[in-house]
Amino acid sequence: MLRPKNWQLWLLLLLLLSLPILGGYAWLVVSSFNQRVHGLVPVGTWSLENWQFLWERIGRRPPIWTVMINTLLLAGGVATLVVSVSSMAAYAISRLHFPGRGVMLGLVLVLHAFPAVSLLIASYYVLVVLGLFDSLLGVILVMSAFLMPLGVWLLKGFFDGLSWEMEMAALVDGASRWTIFFKLALPLVAPGLFAVATFSFLVAWGEFILPYTFIVSGRTWTFSIYLQSLIGDTEMANYGRLGAVGLFYMLPAVAVFLLGQRYLLTMYSGGSKG
Amino acid sequence: MTPASASQPTAGALARVVRAGAALRVPALFLLPAALVVALFFVTPAVVTLYLSMTDLSARTLSQPGFVGLANYEYVLTSRWSPMILANTVRYVGLTLLFNVGMGLLLAIAISFVPERIGNGVRLLWLLPRITSPVVYVVVWQAIMARSPFGLVSELTGTSQNWINAFPWHAVIFANGLIGASFGMLIFTAAIRSIPTDLFHASAVDGATTWQTVRRIVLPLLRWPIMFVTAYQTLSLLASFEYILLLTNGGPGFYTTEVWSLWAYKEAFQSYVGNVEFGLGAAMAAFLVVTGIVASLIYLRVFRFNELLVTPKIEVN
Repeated sequence: MLRPKNWQLWLLLLLLLSLPILGGYAWLVVSSFNQRVHGLVPVGTWSLENWQFLWERIGRRPPIWTVMINTLLLAGGVATLVVSVSSMAAYAISRLHFPGRGVMLGLVLVLHAFPAVSLLIASYYVLVVLGLFDSLLGVILVMSAFLMPLGVWLLKGFFDGLSWEMEMAALVDGASRWTIFFKLALPLVAPGLFAVATFSFLVAWGEFILPYTFIVSGRTWTFSIYLQSLIGDTEMANYGRLGAVGLFYMLPAVAVFLLGQRYLLTMYSGGSKG
Repeated sequence: MTPASASQPTAGALARVVRAGAALRVPALFLLPAALVVALFFVTPAVVTLYLSMTDLSARTLSQPGFVGLANYEYVLTSRWSPMILANTVRYVGLTLLFNVGMGLLLAIAISFVPERIGNGVRLLWLLPRITSPVVYVVVWQAIMARSPFGLVSELTGTSQNWINAFPWHAVIFANGLIGASFGMLIFTAAIRSIPTDLFHASAVDGATTWQTVRRIVLPLLRWPIMFVTAYQTLSLLASFEYILLLTNGGPGFYTTEVWSLWAYKEAFQSYVGNVEFGLGAAMAAFLVVTGIVASLIYLRVFRFNELLVTPKIEVN
């Protein structure tokens, strides 16, 4: 759009609308380094006392580093699984010739629109039968399944853009479809793979309901369960500690987000043609 | 005629079947992992939900659940709480959606008026709540809404109270909306940026005001993206309960902010009397599963996504 002469007014509007978000994150930073914070104003001196959880266990909770590794395994596992399974399916739907392709794509879209959380109760039984209840692997599988339709849909869009001449030339040269997929197609859709990986990693990193429902034992706790246990636990509302754990939990996500945002944004502008 | 030549056509047909089978082998292998995932974590749970909803499975009857037919559905439909929870669900979905789409539009339009670098910064800021874990996000909300001298809102207004308990619905919708608005914002910004600049030059030459340009050019061109965001978010809001669970857990008091999906979840996984009712929870979830399937089928037709399928130019696999 053309920039109006009074665009500064629009900027002011944006700032006003964004105040609740700015205020919230300002609180998170300020409260984690102070003993007492009134509103956004620290009372007393800055301190690192809220960060004791880094070297001391809180109550009977697992050490923070165990929690950190579990969360990394969860997010990394989900990202890897979603990218590998959905890139294969997306390649087939986009590039291979077989009856029922249209039905497949329709199915992917229906699954993508379908609110998978409503399957939570039954997923519990599937996990129990598979012997995966109370394990990270179980949560990784269910989460990956829920994210897979989006992955297939987005990557199909990226595969659609590849040149047919190139693929034909490779086939004539005697390459199999597998060789083409691994050596030719995947490197060319790398931005799409990064987008899906970043997205899946971030969703899994922050996920609360699935670990909360499917994980019981402390040794498999993830960050969200750890933090939630602190909310319930705080009788006299130790907001400083909550803020510190929350900030610590958020930092890796922000780092991944900043690294991957370029790909994430292409996903929103190029991926959904609706 | 020799027997060999008589069997010629059959052999030809066989060879064709074999060739077709070989041609299907490659796509089948590519699709196999995804098919397994769908079968295990979508199809099976959907069937299991429907089956469980017809049993009296609970923590007490875990070893030998009995078949009860439609009794759970009858219980849900005749429960004195159902109308209230249904009304809550409509209220939650409707108002959050209004906030999401309205705020998304306002942000997208304002973002496309400011220089692109600033606009991109604002977009990143609004994506922050989306990548923040729900638990961290809710901690921040609870702290800001707390009593004096801690809570920011209490400090600013001079009224010391727990603002979430005082205005539970405002809190739920606003908290969800600040996250949900970014989806519309991204889609709409991309759509606005793809509008040819000629249109804006033409309207500027004609002396159109900013408002007229937005009203007559931008909004009509955003009709499909707006419908898409609305349809998509209606369905996901209908089943989402994460933030309500963490923020108010359906309270304060009795079922004040309880929505359908949270009701089902609590029935199946949380219980104050120590007996979780999986069967009943499954029946409640079944309503959502069926709504979800029907709505996503309609959605598929309305948005004609099938037309996005390009025929492959290579016929061999």
